[in-house]
Amino acid sequence: MKIEFTLNERPVRVDVAPMARLLDVLREDLRVTGTKEGCGEGECGACTVLVDGRAVNACLIPAIQLRGAQVQTVEGLARSERLHPIQQAFLEHGGAQCGICTPGFLMAAAELLHREPHPSRAQVREALAGNLCRCTGYQKIVDAVAEALS
Amino acid sequence: MSLHISAAPVLEPRTLAEALDLRASHPEAMPLAGGTDVMVYLEGGVIDPPRFLNLWGIAELGGLSRTGDALRIGALVTHTDVVRSPDAQALAPALVEACRTVGAVQIQNRGTIGGNVVNASPAGDTLPVLLALDAEFELHSAARGQRRVPAAQFWQGYRRMDLAPDELLVAVHVPAPSPGDRTFFRKVGTRQAQSISKVVLGARVRLDAATGTVTEARIAYGSVAATPVRCPATEAALIGRRRGDLAAAADTVATEIRPIDDVRSTAEYRLAVAVRVLRGWLAAV
Repeated sequence: MKIEFTLNERPVRVDVAPMARLLDVLREDLRVTGTKEGCGEGECGACTVLVDGRAVNACLIPAIQLRGAQVQTVEGLARSERLHPIQQAFLEHGGAQCGICTPGFLMAAAELLHREPHPSRAQVREALAGNLCRCTGYQKIVDAVAEALS
Repeated sequence: MSLHISAAPVLEPRTLAEALDLRASHPEAMPLAGGTDVMVYLEGGVIDPPRFLNLWGIAELGGLSRTGDALRIGALVTHTDVVRSPDAQALAPALVEACRTVGAVQIQNRGTIGGNVVNASPAGDTLPVLLALDAEFELHSAARGQRRVPAAQFWQGYRRMDLAPDELLVAVHVPAPSPGDRTFFRKVGTRQAQSISKVVLGARVRLDAATGTVTEARIAYGSVAATPVRCPATEAALIGRRRGDLAAAADTVATEIRPIDDVRSTAEYRLAVAVRVLRGWLAAV
């Protein structure tokens, strides 16, 4: 089935099974591999992307529901050579360790930034509660996001 | 890569009328809303339906509005939509609280109220609140039009509902509170986000303005039975009690729920916690 949507502000067209997961459409069909697979069942947040501005788990979105959608992945955060403020803050605060959870955390934080330009630390923690870090580096991740948005 | 790639076709109605026709002609097709349960079942190999019925995007299934003395929540309204709705905040704060505890932001952004209702999990976080608020479910079919079922009569057994194979849940109606209503939501799980409940409580008491006595009570739990359940004996024990003297009625809960041991908790813990969270709230009402 042919499905057209917008990925990081560029129109894309894929020919996939209607129930294919957005995660696989990104990684396997479009070869845009910044989005990582963790649990594959909506528990860990590693595959967090924005669909129409909202943070969602790409493992839980079937391709059929992408028609006309605006999808943003971690590849869409930086502008040419300029990192997104949240990426810059992760760099400065040591917010990334092994790295597999990082794109998901960045996207969850990006959604928070869109809706709440100056969140409290509690709001940061709530916004990131759906993202797991197996290195347990939460403190520095929260520091990074709180700083980037302060 | 996905372990279970479904090659099943998807039916794509554009309107509610088309959806109801397809529901009737293809009862084997699994309805698909936000996908936060269906995609998990699919990936886990728990389901393998021959086709799906995609409801996402059907305008008549969306919309959250205040109509007269009630809140009408379209089946496709997401938990995030409820959390951010000023009408829901004003008329159903306990439901807003419940929606904030469903999964985490990523799930709340996609998972729907209607999906939570018809997924019919005994642990569904919003369900005890819908019981406590006397919510009604608006069901439609192409053949018989629409009907309304009170939440208290909807869940009939483990994942079994008063929902015919040709019906779709279109909206949830939540009556506006009366001035004397006090409502409560409490979820007990291993952590606030992403945990499936050990015990969920949705509760409401209506206090007489002059005397402070309870004139109506709804006590409903999740994760303690095969369905979300009300506790009629506890509700009856509350009637006529005066504010400040409500807490003892919570002990009645122990006589009417029989939770089980499972992977998330034990029967003993669940029972103790169910009584305690209710007692704590009743003492503070």
